[in-house]
Amino acid sequence: MMAGRPASRLSLLVGLLVVVLFLLPLLAGRYPLYLAIQILILSVFSLGFNLLFGYTGLLSFGQAGFFAVGAYGCAKILLAVPNLFLGLAGGVIVAGAAALLLGILSVRHTRIYFSMLTLAFGMMIFSIAWKWRDFTGGDDGLVGIPRAPLTIPGLGSLSVATMERYYYVVLIVSLLAILAMYRLVRSPLGLTLQAIRDSESRAEFAGVPVRSYRLAAFTIAGLYAGLAGALLPPLENTVTPPVAHWSTSAEPVLATLMGGIHTFGGPIVGAFLFFMIKDIIVRFTEYWLIWLGAIVVVLTLGFRGGVASIFANRFLSGPVITRQSEPAPPPAT
Amino acid sequence: MDNIAFQGLIGLSLAMYLWLISAGLTIIFGVLRIVNFAHGSLFMMGAYLAFTFYGLLGLPFWLAVLLSLLGVGLLGFVMERFFLRKIYGIDEAYQLLLTFGFILILDDAVKIIWGGVFKIPPIPAFLDGAWRMFGRPFPVYNLFIIAVGILVALGLWVLFEKTWWGRLVGATASDREMASAIGVNVPWVFSSVFAFGAMLAALGGALGIPVRVVAPGIGAAMIIQAFIITVIGGLGNLKGAFVSSLIVGIFSAYGTLFFPVFELFFIFVIMAVVLLVRPQGLFAR
Amino acid sequence: MTELLKTQGIRKHFGSFVAIDGVDLTLPGGRLTAIIGPNGAGKTTLINLATGALAPDSGAIYFKGEAITHLATHQRVRKGLSRSFQIMNIFPHLSVLQNVLLPILSRRGRTLVPFSRLEREHEAVTEAERILSEIGLGGARDAPAGALSHGDQRLLELGIAIAPSPVLCFLDEPSAGLTPVERATVMELARRLSQRGTTTFVIVEHDMDVVFSLAEWIVVMNRGQLLAEGPPAEIRGNREVREVYLGEEF
Repeated sequence: MMAGRPASRLSLLVGLLVVVLFLLPLLAGRYPLYLAIQILILSVFSLGFNLLFGYTGLLSFGQAGFFAVGAYGCAKILLAVPNLFLGLAGGVIVAGAAALLLGILSVRHTRIYFSMLTLAFGMMIFSIAWKWRDFTGGDDGLVGIPRAPLTIPGLGSLSVATMERYYYVVLIVSLLAILAMYRLVRSPLGLTLQAIRDSESRAEFAGVPVRSYRLAAFTIAGLYAGLAGALLPPLENTVTPPVAHWSTSAEPVLATLMGGIHTFGGPIVGAFLFFMIKDIIVRFTEYWLIWLGAIVVVLTLGFRGGVASIFANRFLSGPVITRQSEPAPPPAT
Repeated sequence: MDNIAFQGLIGLSLAMYLWLISAGLTIIFGVLRIVNFAHGSLFMMGAYLAFTFYGLLGLPFWLAVLLSLLGVGLLGFVMERFFLRKIYGIDEAYQLLLTFGFILILDDAVKIIWGGVFKIPPIPAFLDGAWRMFGRPFPVYNLFIIAVGILVALGLWVLFEKTWWGRLVGATASDREMASAIGVNVPWVFSSVFAFGAMLAALGGALGIPVRVVAPGIGAAMIIQAFIITVIGGLGNLKGAFVSSLIVGIFSAYGTLFFPVFELFFIFVIMAVVLLVRPQGLFAR
Repeated sequence: MTELLKTQGIRKHFGSFVAIDGVDLTLPGGRLTAIIGPNGAGKTTLINLATGALAPDSGAIYFKGEAITHLATHQRVRKGLSRSFQIMNIFPHLSVLQNVLLPILSRRGRTLVPFSRLEREHEAVTEAERILSEIGLGGARDAPAGALSHGDQRLLELGIAIAPSPVLCFLDEPSAGLTPVERATVMELARRLSQRGTTTFVIVEHDMDVVFSLAEWIVVMNRGQLLAEGPPAEIRGNREVREVYLGEEF
């Protein structure tokens, strides 16, 4: 939108970061790679969340539900057919379908109802994962998931058994996802979603079928959550029900709050901060959730811009959420 | 046939716990326009506190319940006065985020303070035993719960229709600016309502301790069901909350009988049907 | 003159309050109409019913001969209806240009485009810029709409309403809360756009100066019903109307 020094300096920084990320396996050992993979996964997860929250104005507390669908979907596929490509694709598709289905029920409501429903649906998926022993393995989950080779029909097969190789898979997939999201928020669709966030009634009167677009945003967020989830089983070789729990739903919420709802890159910055902080806290105590909650409370009360808004030009980049609730229906004259 | 009626009674007593938590949630929303995501955690705190006084310290049951109500009422007051009050008037998303943060804090807090799962304490003697209902022994304690639930329903009706505080609250709920203009101390009303709603949730938690396990995470199932009840009944609608609690409680009991693995899912299906057919809730105006 | 909007026997109540009590109204194209009436007469409710924000309890609404009684708002907008709001309703965090760009993109069916950059929509952007210069906000193109002055936001409100080149455009109290200078600017804009002939305006107003200087036809409502309608001179002399306004100077 604006050609100027701040923008090109930012592009330079981003470019440098991408180069560093590609060189990471040469610079660091196994544990930093493992951490980097988790940060990338959370970045993808959070970007989807923020499309819904920062850009469309819908706060979902149940994204972990789709994360779990992606994770379990990929796991089930890998256990049957050891093909990473199929596993990832399958996980994403099933998660998207689930989001579409639940979205139809959820987006037709006010934003408060919507948030309540997402919490409920997320936990519904959690309880299914917990109870459906025959399919999901119950609270033991699924184990022995192979880090299967990436086999694309017609192109060949690539083994990704090592952490370095898998890291590159995650990196490339994540970068593609980030790029796609970047293009999306800068497109007419992105503008329409932001308009819906700013004023649903005005958007309606501009000819936009608001409900349908909310559903689209919800489905895309579900696809991203599913992709993030699908990248998990080959990393850990297991999937257990907590991936669907609301404490997992809290992760993109916190990451986005910390990094900044206002900017595109905020969720990614926040994902990085999230793991840095978690890494530190977990060394002292197993009670990590209480800190997660405390940080959410502190950020909500005092520091809603997050880190990224300090640096970025907020009007350029997009969404800002400080407005009042939906205006009441116009008084009868 | 008797089995079905019996299961219905079980559902009725289950419904009363749901009613207690939904009532508080509904009242808080009706007056403060806040959906308290942490309401299930307040239920859980009520259970833990009552358990501490009754099960661990050996105080009389009624005293334990009373102390737990006061404790959670105080907690609710603190939550509203020092946290929620700071974000009135800005995007409602922040209220949801704040109360969501509270869930995370309280869920871990009980683990830190109390540790893991506990044994169920004995039912107080005068409420123990069973009566034959539909050919099977039905616990007297469950009848007690049903009675409490109905009393609370009637009590709330009297409270909001007839008493000074109730009418003050009602006026503030319909028009807080007008209420403020005629001299009502709106912040005080808000704090007292939040504390009151918290106490209702605590009552549900506290009364459950002799028959339900006290464990981290019991708030989770309750808040989900409370949300479902609210969606079915219409947010802010106390009558709707009562009837919906009955519906969800009774159907939940039948779900356990006929679809044991998926009873929660079964409730979701009911909610989905209501959402598709009448999205504003069964009792919305 | 073609018949643009027609209502037949529409009724709307809120609880026990009857807001619209059987209104048969025909709005032809090419004639700037003003709807006036005391508070509670049902003016805004009428607009809400016509534009689909509310559904009537009974009765029918036609637009260009086609029944639209149960169509959703965005579908009616697609057919050429538009409105501005009494309470300011813009997109505060979008830029001024983007505010006007959205309805244009929507009319062109370009809102679902997911990956192409917004700037690539050259035709739509040009059209949006034209509208901005029309309403005098060309200089504020990239400013966030929420940062504009009240009067400028009103102009923007108007701009968003006319951006999709509507056939029929309702303006709900467009001069509310404006200084006399701002009011004159808005009214001048409305007159200019009306004279162009592509859009027919229907204005709900309280300010009688505005009404009598702009309107070619006046519809008077009272208590949810049509009291009278006619050219301004006729309405000015109508005794019933004067009584309703209790001696207000016309």
